[in-house]
Amino acid sequence: MDAKKAARMEKLEVESADLMKQIRIEMDMKKKQKLIAKRESVQRKATAIRNNRRISREAKRDLVAYSFIAPNFIGFAVFTLVPIVFAFLLAFMKWDGNNTMEFVALNNFKRLIGDTFFVAALKNTIIYVIGTVPLTMIASLALAIVLNQKIRARGFFRTVAFFPYVASLVAITAVWSMIFHPSKGPINYLLLNVFGVPQANLPKWFGGGLVLFTLILFSVWKYMGYYMVIYLAGLQGISAELYEAGSLDGASTWQKFKFITWPQLRATTFFVVVMLTINCFKVYDIAIMLAGGGDGKLSISSTVLVYYIYQNAFNYWDLGYSSAIAMVLFVLVLIVTLIQFRYEKKLGE
Amino acid sequence: MGNNVSTKKFKSKERNKIAGKVGVYLILLIITAIMIVPFLWMLSASIKSNREVFLMDPFVWIPEVPKWDNYIKIWTKIPLLQFVQNTVFLTIVVTFLQLLTSSFAAYSFAKLEFKHKNILFLAYISTIAMPWQVYMVPQFIMMRGMGLNDKLLAMICLQAFSAFGVFLMKQFYEGIPNDLCEAARIDGMSEYRIYLKIMLPLSKPALSTLTIFTFVNTWNDYLGPLIYLKTETKKTIQLGLKMFIGQYSAEYGLIMAGSVVSLVPVILVFLCLQKYFVEGVASTGLKG
Repeated sequence: MDAKKAARMEKLEVESADLMKQIRIEMDMKKKQKLIAKRESVQRKATAIRNNRRISREAKRDLVAYSFIAPNFIGFAVFTLVPIVFAFLLAFMKWDGNNTMEFVALNNFKRLIGDTFFVAALKNTIIYVIGTVPLTMIASLALAIVLNQKIRARGFFRTVAFFPYVASLVAITAVWSMIFHPSKGPINYLLLNVFGVPQANLPKWFGGGLVLFTLILFSVWKYMGYYMVIYLAGLQGISAELYEAGSLDGASTWQKFKFITWPQLRATTFFVVVMLTINCFKVYDIAIMLAGGGDGKLSISSTVLVYYIYQNAFNYWDLGYSSAIAMVLFVLVLIVTLIQFRYEKKLGE
Repeated sequence: MGNNVSTKKFKSKERNKIAGKVGVYLILLIITAIMIVPFLWMLSASIKSNREVFLMDPFVWIPEVPKWDNYIKIWTKIPLLQFVQNTVFLTIVVTFLQLLTSSFAAYSFAKLEFKHKNILFLAYISTIAMPWQVYMVPQFIMMRGMGLNDKLLAMICLQAFSAFGVFLMKQFYEGIPNDLCEAARIDGMSEYRIYLKIMLPLSKPALSTLTIFTFVNTWNDYLGPLIYLKTETKKTIQLGLKMFIGQYSAEYGLIMAGSVVSLVPVILVFLCLQKYFVEGVASTGLKG
């Protein structure tokens, strides 16, 4: 036992001396500091052995830190990280969930190209994202600017604007389906009787060419309150002195927005746009509730990527194919997010 | 003369200011109407008969004979009480676990130094941009393998450990000065006590924000329960309500009554915690 200890001591001392030499010759300050830290850790280990402590202070510190992380990380690793890896593998397999898996290389992806329903889902999802992201951003920013002013009942207005976000989707889409009902709803009633739109031309909000527009309209309405809160937080971070200085220079309201508010909110806008894009690509429940009818089936004019992932997995049990679609979704989100990051970086320079 | 011009200018400026204020309120009223009318419509339709719901000429918000029994019928037409119980149980457990484990892990990431810290945090961050829908299928297969299919426990495992919660709490803790922890360490407090006695009491805004997000997401989740919960007695209120709409699509009054019931708890939680909400979003770095 003692011999073992002595051997370890010696090894640590050699390592420490070696590190000391490296520290002397290292010119780069950052690397030098790293080496110094490393040497300190070696020495601490040596002291621990000398003082007959079983674990060093450092190891104890790590254990405490891990004990904080463990409850969350274990759940996270098992239920998120593992399935993610599984999803990547599955995209190159053919599997029905019960029989043996079969490696099919890129076959699933080749199938995608000729699949008209997939192409429609892809197209619809992209149109939905392009429509929803800028509109929601503009609406939430405008709302936040108005609600950041000193006005009466500000709290009330803020709360009301947040209501649609909190409201359950099933309930609120049921209301929308009634309000926008093509033959009985109050919106079309107004169009017919107040604005004089002829009966034959009344919009069918949930069918054909208009359905994506209705989805976008609904999403802006539902989610603008959420992004408004984020913008409000951003606005409160802008120092009042900037606006005072602007006023002294005689800046108009528009100029203040252009030269103070907008540039100061760059980081917030970036965050909002990234989150919005990611969330919009995930669209599913809004589509099946507004356009799915009683059985929740989407037609080619209203289908979206997540719907097709779900169909292939849980209706056709074609898990490999479903995972290939999921990969397309992931790559799309990744590319758009990376472009946004690069653009943000360029603006920052 | 010069004085006169400047007062005139001043007066017109004042007038502009008032006009601006009026404009702001006008815009606000319109927006508020757009936001709130669907909810008022819901309340109004929930006490109407099916014939009255779409009656436009004359349109009334409160019918002459309100059908309050819509609110009684809805509990017997579908096992709404069971759905509510399931959802309440799920939401409370998930929110509690989420708050506890996220704030716990976040304390470590924000205030402690340890090996592999960066790699571990990277694992969390890299999944934030990964939509759940990308891996929901393999996740289901895995849970089925664990025998969790058609169990409420599956929903708990699914929603209780999110990267988002850890990220949000960590951002907030980083805003709390390190000196506070250092001083406590010198006094001989253990890390667990520092977390419990110093950090937790300070994190009300962040915890409220996370509570609202988790509560709202769990309560309103549709796709998760749709995949996992098959037996009727296990279904959540969202599934139940959707099922009811599918079966009785013309029972507008009842659908709206059910919708109101499904909204009340979330709205209540939000109203209770909203005091901290904007502050919470600001201090958790959610604004970017």
